[in-house]
Amino acid sequence: MPLTALTGSRLRERRRSLGRRQADVAAAAGISASYLNLIEHNRRRVAGDVLIRLAAALDMDVGVLEAGAAAGLADSLRSAAAADTGGDRGATVAAELDRLEDFIGRFPGWAGVTAGLQARVGQLEQAVAALNDRIAHDPHLGLALHDMLSAVSSVRSTAAILAETDDLEPEWRLRFHGNLQADSERLALGAEALVAYLEGTEAEATSGVVSPQDELDGWLDRRGWHLAELEADPDADLTGEIAGLATAAGRDLARDWVAQARADRLALPLVGLEAALESFGPDPARIAAQAGADVLAVMRRIATRPGATEGLVICDAAGALTFRKPTEGFRPPRFGAACALWPLFGALARPGLPVEARLRFAGRGGRPFLARAWGQQSHPGGFAGVEVRQAGMLLLPLAGPARAEDLRAVGATCRICPETGCPARREASILSESIR
Amino acid sequence: MWPGGNGEGGGSLARHAMLIEDEPNIAEAIRFLLGRDGWQVTTLPDGVQAETAVRSARPDLLILDLMLPGRSGLEVLEALRADPETAALPVLMLTAKGQGRDRLAAQEAGADLFMAKPFSNAEFVAAARALVGA
Repeated sequence: MPLTALTGSRLRERRRSLGRRQADVAAAAGISASYLNLIEHNRRRVAGDVLIRLAAALDMDVGVLEAGAAAGLADSLRSAAAADTGGDRGATVAAELDRLEDFIGRFPGWAGVTAGLQARVGQLEQAVAALNDRIAHDPHLGLALHDMLSAVSSVRSTAAILAETDDLEPEWRLRFHGNLQADSERLALGAEALVAYLEGTEAEATSGVVSPQDELDGWLDRRGWHLAELEADPDADLTGEIAGLATAAGRDLARDWVAQARADRLALPLVGLEAALESFGPDPARIAAQAGADVLAVMRRIATRPGATEGLVICDAAGALTFRKPTEGFRPPRFGAACALWPLFGALARPGLPVEARLRFAGRGGRPFLARAWGQQSHPGGFAGVEVRQAGMLLLPLAGPARAEDLRAVGATCRICPETGCPARREASILSESIR
Repeated sequence: MWPGGNGEGGGSLARHAMLIEDEPNIAEAIRFLLGRDGWQVTTLPDGVQAETAVRSARPDLLILDLMLPGRSGLEVLEALRADPETAALPVLMLTAKGQGRDRLAAQEAGADLFMAKPFSNAEFVAAARALVGA
């Protein structure tokens, strides 16, 4: 019987980890050493009084030993083993199904992890299938696209008739002009509706699978990236609102951010910040020098003051973005690493040295920005501790047209960057197979 | 007056195309194009009466939109192919991009040629001619 087998292995494992001899434990439990030996090798069932006494002798919880849940665990592991044999990703050595009970008995933790992973794989496969299905069979999307294609066909044929027929009768000309106008209106409306729909589904799709970072971004975005409560009262309590975030990891990030914002607020009160911006412009280094604050704090304050139009990204020493405030014309990547050409990374490599560049984000409607980046390091653990390095990049929208040759072309991230011939490209763009 | 209609075929009867298309502006453009090319064109806005209309009008060519309201082009095609009287009628199927599976089904149901929207006018007229051997 599986459960008994399991119990024997567990008893043996426990005894050996305590470094105790069979004879001692058997004596403590009031049974013979040879009987214990049989139990430990799963050749005798163990239950009732004997089990309780053995558990007591080994300082174990009887409930854990009985392990009723282990049957489900064994099933999960069997299905994991079955799933792994198919396809080219299969393990080269087959799972030892005949030793399954032994595995669960000896490594209950690892067995649980494996079973948990198997369950998670199943969920993810389902989610992928559902998303796939949705893209392929979305009825609304299909209809909307069909409608637009119809309008486009009509426009194309009608326009060609108008352009290519020299002797077109006036009444036909009028009719076709009328059709063209009606179709172009239909196209405009259709395109608008489609964009609205896709934006809607994007929000919906992301709500299902969000990272804690996305959760923080979403929360701050809904608040306009500004925590007004802290301006009025730096000790304002935001716990209630943070509690509304979905995951514990997201709430942790939000708590950290609020603590940071509180410190920033105390170092740089809004009135002083506005006055400094008035006299120096958005120069974080100058304002920091004047206020005796650190440059990153000034960047955060500038980008999160009420009505700020500046974008801000902050990264850690590994280049991972820890703060992402988008602005019109700049959308930091949600997944994967950012564009290697961002001045942010220049500043990260040379802490304490201001880096400034005029940028244009590749792609349509690339708006010009003045980027100001700054890296800094701290040693919260003192001389014996580790160095914590951070860099921030403030993106100031440039007013008025700028000449393209004065701007450095950068992207968000390689996957969605249309820039061709970039020497720093890390992977091909999904926008076109030819972009390398 | 129907442009390029009767008479340009040099006395012979004009080729007759029946068009089943629910988009009035596309139907109008096709009527004009084929009319200029010397065809007589009748149009239906949906596939409900298709077989009856085909049997009574006996067109030389049927131009059938795949996605029609009420009754799909595929159903119409299957019904026509099942009837010995209309089984050999050349059928030009209008599809939209992205209807890969429907198109495959129509091919199996016996469509003679496919034209994906949006199409070029010249190619469309050439396809219509090719199907009736003109």
